[in-house]
Amino acid sequence: MTHLRPINQKAARIAQGMAEARHRAGAGNGRTGGGEDGRVVALQDSPAGPPQQEGPHIPLGCSFIFLPGWEADSNGGAAGLCQPVERDLFDCHLGCFWPAQVPDQLNHAPDWTGKCAAAQKDWRKVDLIFP
Amino acid sequence: MTQIALGECHPFEAAGRQFLYLVPSAAVFALDDTSAAVVETLRGGHLAAPDLYSRLAPRFDARVVEASLAELAGARAILPVDPAPVAAPPPEPAPNIIPLKPIPLSTLVVNVTNRCNLSCAYCYEYGEDKIAEPTAGGMPKLMSEETARESVEFMIERSGNSPVVRLTFFGGETLLNFAVLEKTIPYARRRAAEAGKRVEFSLTTNGTLLRPEVIEFLADNDVGVTISIDGPKEMQDKFRVFHDGRGSYDVVAPKVRELLKRHTSRPIGARVTLTSDVLDITRIYRHLREEVGFWEVGFAPVTTSPGRAHAIGETGFDSMLGQFRELAHEFLEAALAGRHHGFSNVRDTVEELHKGASKALPCGAGLGLMGVATNGDVALCHRFAGSDAHKLGTVQDGVDETSQEAFLDAHHIDRKTDCRTCWARPLCAGGCYHEAYTRYGTTQAPNLHYCEWIRGWTETCLEIYGEIAERNPAYLRRFDGGGTPEEGNDDAPETH
Repeated sequence: MTHLRPINQKAARIAQGMAEARHRAGAGNGRTGGGEDGRVVALQDSPAGPPQQEGPHIPLGCSFIFLPGWEADSNGGAAGLCQPVERDLFDCHLGCFWPAQVPDQLNHAPDWTGKCAAAQKDWRKVDLIFP
Repeated sequence: MTQIALGECHPFEAAGRQFLYLVPSAAVFALDDTSAAVVETLRGGHLAAPDLYSRLAPRFDARVVEASLAELAGARAILPVDPAPVAAPPPEPAPNIIPLKPIPLSTLVVNVTNRCNLSCAYCYEYGEDKIAEPTAGGMPKLMSEETARESVEFMIERSGNSPVVRLTFFGGETLLNFAVLEKTIPYARRRAAEAGKRVEFSLTTNGTLLRPEVIEFLADNDVGVTISIDGPKEMQDKFRVFHDGRGSYDVVAPKVRELLKRHTSRPIGARVTLTSDVLDITRIYRHLREEVGFWEVGFAPVTTSPGRAHAIGETGFDSMLGQFRELAHEFLEAALAGRHHGFSNVRDTVEELHKGASKALPCGAGLGLMGVATNGDVALCHRFAGSDAHKLGTVQDGVDETSQEAFLDAHHIDRKTDCRTCWARPLCAGGCYHEAYTRYGTTQAPNLHYCEWIRGWTETCLEIYGEIAERNPAYLRRFDGGGTPEEGNDDAPETH
């Protein structure tokens, strides 16, 4: 470390952990990513926990394919579960491989979110759709 | 685009250099100019990486900034954030509570009596804010020799694999039951040796009963002694009075001087209770340390509900902090010169800072420390001894581990929502359970009336620590290894 100098015992342990992580990364498979080189820190990492194993980038609160996000998160814990419903609606339905259950927007209910300009304020205005 | 934010931390300056105290890891790092500039810039708010680079570009090369960011991220001083959350704010972090198991006992505080020959108005055991009637429910006034022996057995059994256990005698006025104490110490020493352990003894007393033979016994048995004393005569005699209202200074002072003369194997400390009327900290310190000759002096504000006449008000806390700061700087001068200074409050905090203490629970009560009432009831600590509502078990039948674990879980810092954003929580963790109970009626409440004072005091200690680390790091080595001569009676609990 050249920019930070550990002063107390805890800082010395963190510095040692970082040096070991760098060493492992240098001797590893050459892939980049993960939090160890400080460039990418996976967002779903629990901030209080130890550095996580490197893995693919997954958006905040989302989960691996076999771990439904409302039961367990990508670490198998409960700290990074899917976000509350107003977020699920747009994050999962528009951008996620995990299919959110939403109405048929092409044919049956094209305007079902028409009155919902900002989900965090207007989620009550999302239409109820009956098949 | 993901932005860069400053993680939870508290920047501070000492010896002309910038430092960062990280929360919750409690790590302290010194920053070079680049890192200090990054931290300073990010204190203004989140920034996208290109914006951060361009703000620092006039002064720092981009590659240097990148390397600094990598180190800061590795230490979790900075973190990436989502600049515009689609909807909901991030969820509250779930409590990250790791059950502590096993929980070996390291200190047992045995209340050998609940009687006292003084009548201090602010006493938490007998005063207006007492939590249990000391003699209610047939609670004996003096602990029997048998209960004391059972307490020793309890301590040895509960201490698990720990090679050292500490037995602390407490009261009431501890020395009113010297007869039992005198027999218990050799018994505990023998039983500990049979269990392959070492036992250390300490006690807290008001000093009125330090007869020559008592002093001889304490010195011969290496018993650490803490004297509850409030300062020079006019301050001591304000609250620390006999039942007839007579001040106790003239009785205590000569006996303490005798003790200090004879008992030199363990450092003797004074423990001062600060009240609205007794707040001249510098004068008290000078008197006790320099005129009487205590090795160290520790101060604590009185535990009381807010309406009492002796409660310290807001301005009192400001004045207290100012005086603590003055003494702390005197401590610093001594530490830089490698000299001892007896202001134990700052020394204790500096030690915790150096070790990087990050507490899940404010103290060892119910964890590594328990208190025993005169009838053998085991409570969280000596302050709760005898209170049925805070009973964990008895020395005869042991402790109910389920309720012990439930207590520790319920009082975890992650359950104190008020503390969640406070940078001083690694050291404070919400503060004393007894204080909270007296103030708010529940041990689970954080001591919100202390917050400003705790943050102010922690800030001062961080500055002192930074100065020592820069200018005389050799001083801090005493905290790296085992004990030092100064650490003698740190385990003695405070008293009023």
